[in-house]
Amino acid sequence: MIGSALGVLFDGIAYGSLLFVISIGLSVTMGLMNFVNLAHGAFAMLGGYTCVMLMSKAGVPFLATLPVAFVVAAAAGIVLERTLYVRLYKAPPLDQVMFSIGLVFMAIAATTYFFGPSQQPVRLPDFLRGQVQVFGIGLGAYRMFLIAVVAAITVALHLLLVKTRFGAQVRASVDNAVASAGLGINVNRVFGVTFALGSGLAGLGGGLGIDVLGLDPTFPFKYIVYFLLVVAIGGAGTIKGGLVAAMILGICDVAGKYYIPQVGSFIIYFLMVLLMILYPAGLYGRRS
Amino acid sequence: MSEPGPAGAVAPRLPTDRWRAAEIVFWLALVAAFFLFPQHRVLGSQILITALFAVSLDLILGYAGIVSLGHAAYFGLGAYVAGILAVHGWGEPISGLLIAGLAGALFGFATSILVVRGSDLAQLMVTLGIGLMMYELANQLSSITGGADGLSGVAMNKLLGAFSFDLAGSTAYVYSVVVLFLLFVVARRIVASPFGLSLRGVRENRKRMPAIGAPVTRRLIAVYTVSAAMAGVAGGLLTQTTQFVGLDVFGFPRSADLMIMLVLGGAGRLYGGIVGAAVFMLAHHWLSDLNPIYWQFWLGLLLVVVVLFARGGLLGAIDVVRGRFGGRER
Repeated sequence: MIGSALGVLFDGIAYGSLLFVISIGLSVTMGLMNFVNLAHGAFAMLGGYTCVMLMSKAGVPFLATLPVAFVVAAAAGIVLERTLYVRLYKAPPLDQVMFSIGLVFMAIAATTYFFGPSQQPVRLPDFLRGQVQVFGIGLGAYRMFLIAVVAAITVALHLLLVKTRFGAQVRASVDNAVASAGLGINVNRVFGVTFALGSGLAGLGGGLGIDVLGLDPTFPFKYIVYFLLVVAIGGAGTIKGGLVAAMILGICDVAGKYYIPQVGSFIIYFLMVLLMILYPAGLYGRRS
Repeated sequence: MSEPGPAGAVAPRLPTDRWRAAEIVFWLALVAAFFLFPQHRVLGSQILITALFAVSLDLILGYAGIVSLGHAAYFGLGAYVAGILAVHGWGEPISGLLIAGLAGALFGFATSILVVRGSDLAQLMVTLGIGLMMYELANQLSSITGGADGLSGVAMNKLLGAFSFDLAGSTAYVYSVVVLFLLFVVARRIVASPFGLSLRGVRENRKRMPAIGAPVTRRLIAVYTVSAAMAGVAGGLLTQTTQFVGLDVFGFPRSADLMIMLVLGGAGRLYGGIVGAAVFMLAHHWLSDLNPIYWQFWLGLLLVVVVLFARGGLLGAIDVVRGRFGGRER
């Protein structure tokens, strides 16, 4: 009983870590420019397909494909940001929603056209498969790997935001873009770089998540609710909020599906509405 | 259009409520379509029902500025209420439709209190969550709703005791046109009233409205309830004309497609919803026969182009063209 509870907790944390990596870029985008980017999942899908194609067509080992997924998604992010997104920062949320839904439709159609509608398989290296016994509880090796990677990313992001000059510029821009621009910070450039970083992390998360979330052309729509949830519950523009929200979501979702499967995803949606009503600006959101 | 004042100086007044010639032609065209395309009456009634649904969304999205990703919750509720009534022997269409609308209104009122507070993002998330919850609920309560198999055995009585719902869709088409027209008149009256003007005020500047004495929350709750009632009627209409309800009435794609139709047609002008629904569904009908994947790609591209270059949708574009060729409308 205790063992299964710990197992569920562990799986939930692994799932939450994955959600965090993918969503953190979305959170910063929304915090920085108030842009409702429903197409964020498409960058994660791009990363996932990059991994799968490199492995199956070029024989690249799984771990080596992950940095490539990051770079490809980040590059796609910066191109789209500079050419299209930048024109819509001042647009009303409805336009942003429609624009990004349009992007998602195109991404789904193009992916289906090139790679077919089926689930993509991933072959994990041997040392990441099977279970590891920790204190008598069998924990999935891949999930431990996931948690370790995400922990490292979180620490790196935290240092980037707190210790570097660029991080200070990002924080200043999130707090008040107009005043930051007045102080000589190139807010547009800060945003472009942040967008690329966020897209790259989504791509990395997409690659990491193939084994847990699956990968098929409908990926961006299937999980967009979860990504939005992380942002909405955590509060846009904060790493801490995103992390806490992702963990809550991951654990509740896994626990709900494990213990009361008959209510399915109902728990998550209920939790979301409840939290949005109690904390309209998110758990760690700034009051606007 | 009595006396156009000097440029820039517009006297404060209510929007004109007179029926324009183009509007009368529009409604006559819907009647004419019944006779011109007798073999497409089923598709026609589906378009009219979706148009009603789009008009209901336009009330809250185009006029009050509430971005909803879960309007299918009310549509689906109306659809299931009408369906469950009919399965349990209440096959009288008009009263069933009224009850479906009432159910939509009650649920809309209850949820509006949650929706109208908070930022755009919070509204987006709460409406999305409500839609998804209703989907899950209908999926789980399979003893009442039929679950994933859908609710079959919906048997409708004759409309007004005289017209049975036929396979060619003739009754369905006429029924849908009449319901759409009646509710459209209500919506048209609402948006031309002082109440409707105050909604536009909320859309334009939510913080300033309380300063001029408009109770923002109450106005939004009122219009959300009306909109949910209309969505419920649209859902009930779909059930009654197709004599079937499936889980897809609650699906996220239905809410998303609806928003796309409204934006394509032009939000905030009532007719935009009808035109958008017609264009979208006709295009879908023809293009997805060719290849469903291509359809989705071109739809996505169209959306991006509309948002970037043609804000205001199709009707907005028509306005621009008319303005350029010496139209004196505005």
